Amino acid sequence: MNAMVKAEGVHKSFGAVEVLKGIDLEVRSGEVFCLIGPSGSGKSTFLRCINHLEKINAGRLYVDGQLVGYRQKGDKLYELKDSEVALQRRDIGMVFQRFNLFPHMTAVENVMEAPVQVKGASRSQARQRALELLDRVGLADKAGNYPAQLSGGQQQRVAIARALAMDPKLMLFDEPTSALDPELVGDVLDVMRDLAESGMTMVVVTHEMGFAREVGDSLVFMDGGVVVESGNPREVLTNPQHERTQAFLSKVL
Amino acid sequence: MTDKFDKTPADATPSATVAKDPGADRVPPETIKAIPVRHWGRYVSAVVVLALVALLVNAFATAEKIQWHAVGDKLFDSTVLAGAGRTLLISVLAMVMGVVLGIVLAVMRLSKNPVTSWVAWVYIWFFRGTPVYVQLLLWFNLALIFPMLNLGPIYKDEMTDVMTPFMCALLGLGLNEAAYMAEICRAGLLAVDEGQTEAAHALGMSHSRTLRRIVIPQAMRVIVPPTGNEFINMLKTSSLVYAVTYNELLRATSTIGSTSYAVMEMLFVASIWYLVMTSVFSVFQYYLERRYARGSTRSLPPTPWQKVKANLLSVSGKRSVA
Repeated sequence: MNAMVKAEGVHKSFGAVEVLKGIDLEVRSGEVFCLIGPSGSGKSTFLRCINHLEKINAGRLYVDGQLVGYRQKGDKLYELKDSEVALQRRDIGMVFQRFNLFPHMTAVENVMEAPVQVKGASRSQARQRALELLDRVGLADKAGNYPAQLSGGQQQRVAIARALAMDPKLMLFDEPTSALDPELVGDVLDVMRDLAESGMTMVVVTHEMGFAREVGDSLVFMDGGVVVESGNPREVLTNPQHERTQAFLSKVL
Repeated sequence: MTDKFDKTPADATPSATVAKDPGADRVPPETIKAIPVRHWGRYVSAVVVLALVALLVNAFATAEKIQWHAVGDKLFDSTVLAGAGRTLLISVLAMVMGVVLGIVLAVMRLSKNPVTSWVAWVYIWFFRGTPVYVQLLLWFNLALIFPMLNLGPIYKDEMTDVMTPFMCALLGLGLNEAAYMAEICRAGLLAVDEGQTEAAHALGMSHSRTLRRIVIPQAMRVIVPPTGNEFINMLKTSSLVYAVTYNELLRATSTIGSTSYAVMEMLFVASIWYLVMTSVFSVFQYYLERRYARGSTRSLPPTPWQKVKANLLSVSGKRSVA
């Protein structure tokens, strides 16, 4: 299978702090790729690099064979224009820890916004599709509600529908359930499980080890800006090889 | 499966031993009927204040030198109405100029380009740092140093022809307002969570579209209330353009006042119109704020009309219970 995301020696620094110290990994098309690790390990930063919300300082990062944020001619790199970056991001959906729904729009308007504004879809078509997506995440009856009128779990499901509305070939999840009440986590994970079954390529930063074990196809444990251990989630989670992984898992499992 | 928590617990566990409807066989608690505390101090202060107000009203009503009929006669005088119209016109136009230029300056100020940000800073520094009255006089006297306005092949004219009282008033008020609006807009733009921009960018929206569709509508909630204040201020500050001989409300009433010896009466007329304009706008502002509060609160505050309806309903409701 071909690689949807390919990272080669990705480095990222914020000022003097080096957050990513050379990440090499490959996400195959159609798989659910889980990133776990303690906070500050760089997993969220790496996820944000994939759709160029953060610029990498060294290395190469490809999505679907295309260099992210740059164009290479010979051995020279050219920064892409904002509009070209926006074009790349169209195909990459992202779900945030804190939902980031647009509070001045209703649920259905949130989902319609990008197709209408970015893809130039007609409002009626976009609305139709948005309602289908809201139905898919179990929120057909909440279409007219503003985000403030929804629970955290409902907001996150709207956020997933909003990302899906752009028909992405890759979905990035940045700790999608970390800001939720334990009771509401299940609903969001159900939607993600459903999405995984439909064959979507997903990169998931998560602390939900149960989800990683059950749904994940690959798993990477990161710490201190490097990949410590990777492999099949069921193997890594039950039989970690590296002592740092063992120490981490003993605390969270 | 995804909506399992949306179902009510009663549906989900039909066989479980659920407590019966708690309100069914409950004895309503005895309502407390206590004698309220008498606030004597409140009665006394109310009487004192009312007495002072009565004295004040009486002083004006019985003052022999005030020709109250003149106020009534001149209130709808065509010159006065035209003056009020000009006050409104110059205030609205200057405010529009202030808002548009203010948004531009705010965006410039927040831009990553150090030159544009510095230029915006200097503009705000100058126009906020000098009195608007001085700025009006500067525009008014511009012909003293630039007798000709020469924009190359586009436009060329005598400065005195360009700087009509109207233009002086518009530029003086509008450019000054822009400096204040820039700071208000900047605060509004900064108040929008960064996650909003990130979410929009992640969806593939461009910078300008993100600003227009996502950031500015949310910033409006922060921007609108102080902007309403600014406009009410503008309505009143516009009386300063008296100095550049623009014939607005104050100038129109004062001209009548000085020729008819009804100076105070005409100032009353001007005050009444200023009050009318600021009051009408305050109502308008309420609805505007309500519109931009969408999504920030779970339920919008009621409009005055909705309040009246709700009160009527609750009154009739009580009656039907009693």
